[in-house]
Amino acid sequence: MDSNGVEAARIRQEIDSLKANKRNIEQQISSLEAQLNQLEVNSNTVCPQPLFNGDLNNSNGLSPDMIYRYSRHLLLPSFGVQGQANLLKSSVLVIGAGGLGSPALLYLAACGVGRIGIVDHDVVELNNLQRQIIHTEAYIGKSKVESAAATCRSINSSTQIVEHREAFRTSNALEIVSKYDVVVDATDNAPSRYMINDCCVVLGKPLVSGAALGLEGQLTVYNYNGGPCYRCLFPTPPPTNACQRCADSGVLGVVPGVIGCLQALEAIKVASLVGEPLSGRMLLLDALSGRFRNVKLRGRSLQCEACGDDAVLTRQTFLELDYEKFTQTPLSTGPLKLNFLSPDDRISSKEYNEKVTKGEAHVLVDVRPTHHYKIVSLPNSMNIPLSTLEGRLPEISAALEKEANKENGSNASLFVICRRGNDSQVAVELLHKLGFTSAKDIIGGLESWTHNVDPKFPTY
Amino acid sequence: MQLTLEFGGGLELLCDSVKSHNINVDPQDGEEQLTMKNLLSWVRTNVIKERPEMFMKGDSVRPGVLVLVNDTDWELSGQLETVLEEKDNVVFISTLHGG
Repeated sequence: MDSNGVEAARIRQEIDSLKANKRNIEQQISSLEAQLNQLEVNSNTVCPQPLFNGDLNNSNGLSPDMIYRYSRHLLLPSFGVQGQANLLKSSVLVIGAGGLGSPALLYLAACGVGRIGIVDHDVVELNNLQRQIIHTEAYIGKSKVESAAATCRSINSSTQIVEHREAFRTSNALEIVSKYDVVVDATDNAPSRYMINDCCVVLGKPLVSGAALGLEGQLTVYNYNGGPCYRCLFPTPPPTNACQRCADSGVLGVVPGVIGCLQALEAIKVASLVGEPLSGRMLLLDALSGRFRNVKLRGRSLQCEACGDDAVLTRQTFLELDYEKFTQTPLSTGPLKLNFLSPDDRISSKEYNEKVTKGEAHVLVDVRPTHHYKIVSLPNSMNIPLSTLEGRLPEISAALEKEANKENGSNASLFVICRRGNDSQVAVELLHKLGFTSAKDIIGGLESWTHNVDPKFPTY
Repeated sequence: MQLTLEFGGGLELLCDSVKSHNINVDPQDGEEQLTMKNLLSWVRTNVIKERPEMFMKGDSVRPGVLVLVNDTDWELSGQLETVLEEKDNVVFISTLHGG
């Protein structure tokens, strides 16, 4: 067994090393391809003749390769050579290479947009792959932009892919967006959505906006041809607790997939000047019932603070805006970390583990919603979701009594746990008010249990 | 007056996760018409089961909620003053930010 284990470890190491080499070589190829594309673009600018120099009278500027690659587009009477030529001359910026950005980028790369920019500061994680289909396992831990760019280049080496491996902020927004014709908002938070909208208004860029959560999606085009902008619709940001995140509420992978594809479609329409972009209208997807709803929106608001007649938004005022403060939501999508209980009312996961090991009498209440509890839970914990806590106090009393009787009448302690240590604090505060004054919460919740006690305990 | 109400974008969580409601509501005593303002206060009392502050602010909906009367933004029909008619469809949808 032991020698088998050593052999397996050696093979795994060799696989890892080969994979690293493979990634390295792929990166070199991508980088060289990008350089080559740039050279070709430059030489085309210097010498503006069509690449095709045969005898045919071919004045549409499409090379034989392009004609063949995009033939199914060229065959569409309503799209045709003109639509494709417009697309090849256009540039699209995709902000966010996640659930929406993944399918949007795949189609934008395939369809022959001239230049595509990708902005993201994040790295690929295993729990992204269920929906962020542009990334593969080999890129876990690596930059999303690097990963998405490599996939785009492997689909279409004739499209120029520009990597912006940075967070989108007021400080870099104007410079980045000014280089593109169309912007696709594929981000996942409210401050980014206001910031991207304002930046597009300042620079006069059409904005294809998509959003998805759970089993619902929304799509519209802002700031297009005199139509409304995001602020015309939502002048005041929603309360913080109304903004659910995929990391908390979940999302069925294919739902952002559908919306991301539709964002690519709208971007293609805007860039190729074909069709009627979804401006002044919104498409709502309810995946559970299989319904799309196409609704008519208000027009541009004359009172809008971004694009209205008396709007004071300029490059300078944009730079001075604090979007995190405005929406009271952080730009980074990291989870909320509350810390309002007194240290005496809290214990660490390690301390709790010591109590369990010593066999100390206690009751552990897990206050997560039941569908979370079903994913994974600690042994001997009782699930009482926070929302039902007040009505289920007798269960806790009974459990404490039973536990104390086991220890011949000594008092049993009461501990509360949740996913990350936020709701457990809310629960402990409530329990204190309701007479359970010794209740303590486990700092950092089950995530801390995984990090500090049992690395094999699943996280989600 | 029969109306269909629909909640989406997470607002259904405020009414026992039921998205579609067929309701019967009449103008208040002394009023001839039912406006969106009347309907909102009726919904708050009769349909919303928890956290009403996540649905309303003052006498209107909270920021970030889109109201659609027969698939049209209520800004185009008079907002709170929109007069409802038999079999109208009213949608309350919270804007999503996820991606």
